[in-house]
Amino acid sequence: MVSQFFSYILQGTSVTVAVTLVALPLGLLIGLLLALFYNYGGFWVSRLAAVYSLVMRGVPPIALLFILYFLLSGRLINLSPFWAGSISLGIISSAYQMEILRGALQAVGEGQMTAARAVGMSRLQAIRYIIIPQAIRLAIPPWSNEASIVLKDSSLVYALGVPEILRRAQQLSATTQQPFLAFGAAALIYFILVFLVNRGLDLLAEKTKLPSATA
Amino acid sequence: MINPTYILQAKNLTKIYGENVIFQDVSLDVHKGETIVIIGPSGTGKSTLLRCLNLLTPLNSGQIFLEGQEITAQGVDADQVRQKIGMVFQNFLLFNHLTALGNVMIGLTKVKKMPTEKARQKALYELERVGLLDRADHYPAQLSGGQQQRVAIARALAMDPLVMLFDEPTSALDPELIGEVLGVMEQLAREHMTMLVVTHEMGFAREVADRIIFMEKGRIVEQGSPEDLFERPQHARTREFLGKISELYGKKAK
Repeated sequence: MVSQFFSYILQGTSVTVAVTLVALPLGLLIGLLLALFYNYGGFWVSRLAAVYSLVMRGVPPIALLFILYFLLSGRLINLSPFWAGSISLGIISSAYQMEILRGALQAVGEGQMTAARAVGMSRLQAIRYIIIPQAIRLAIPPWSNEASIVLKDSSLVYALGVPEILRRAQQLSATTQQPFLAFGAAALIYFILVFLVNRGLDLLAEKTKLPSATA
Repeated sequence: MINPTYILQAKNLTKIYGENVIFQDVSLDVHKGETIVIIGPSGTGKSTLLRCLNLLTPLNSGQIFLEGQEITAQGVDADQVRQKIGMVFQNFLLFNHLTALGNVMIGLTKVKKMPTEKARQKALYELERVGLLDRADHYPAQLSGGQQQRVAIARALAMDPLVMLFDEPTSALDPELIGEVLGVMEQLAREHMTMLVVTHEMGFAREVADRIIFMEKGRIVEQGSPEDLFERPQHARTREFLGKISELYGKKAK
């Protein structure tokens, strides 16, 4: 019986992973654009990005999720709960990822831009070939943290009826009257996923790390 | 009006930050192959002048001509101009995520759109010129300050610039590493690279410069051959400055 239990909840894992795989890259893309706008966009564009970040990070994710869900799955656009939920999570995460990347871009330093311009690169070339490759390296550790948050927050789409891990655990808990076992199994799966993601990103950070002084 | 024998000509350059006049009415004619050393107390606008010549910092007024073409004119592509003017910075500013070879190559591949293999050959040649062929695959963090600065010189040379600007290239170096960088610069001077060097290295100024410019408070006070400036300075202020500086760097100046 325990194995059936597990396998029912495990089937939600692919949905959880799928939601994360949509939300995280989408958040990265929007977050990177916003971070570039913030750092290089000039006064108004930079202000706009800052306000976006402030609002997105100042509201509980679940409230934003409902608002975005009703926008994305309303009369004008009508996406399935899975897509609407995943995209909403991506939009929410973009504000946090923006903050991570903004800091990383700034940490690269103005001098690198100056040197790139002095070689004859345009601003865009400098950002692409010099600034971003360095900023991404700096951003991996804090980004790893955000990745595990998005993975865990993917459980929020449960509220939209998407049959991911938590949703299934809840159903099992109700039908079998075994809440501890059901939620315990869900928690274990989340933990393993988060652990794997963090380890994977640690390895990536290690692999892309620039050599330091050897002398 | 514009004399084509000058490779670089600056006319009445003025730079003002807010209330601060950084330099005013500075004019400069640079002959092809000439090595000019700019000296003067800190905060007299020497570094800003170099950055303005390279269009990294906008001027308030004045004109700059490179090979007779006005580069301060409307519609001039500043990125194109910078390809022709090499710049070396006080704090090296190598690209930290690239090896020495990568640093020298990237301008060739991304800006000049040179094929990778050709760029690699050219970059290796430039590294050899500064004596760092054996450090090609080292990252900046694995190089000493002197080596980093020589890579920075190779990076600028790779673009085949018409003029090289050096902004206090040895000021951030440990004393025992200064020589290797000055050595590379001396070699460039012998090869008749056109150079504008802001430095406090009076030994270098004396031996390598064709002309020395003394700047103070945003103005050119005096200019002339090393002999003229060191032996027969016309202005009291030049004398005073050179006296102080040779007290400080006395032994090296000989």
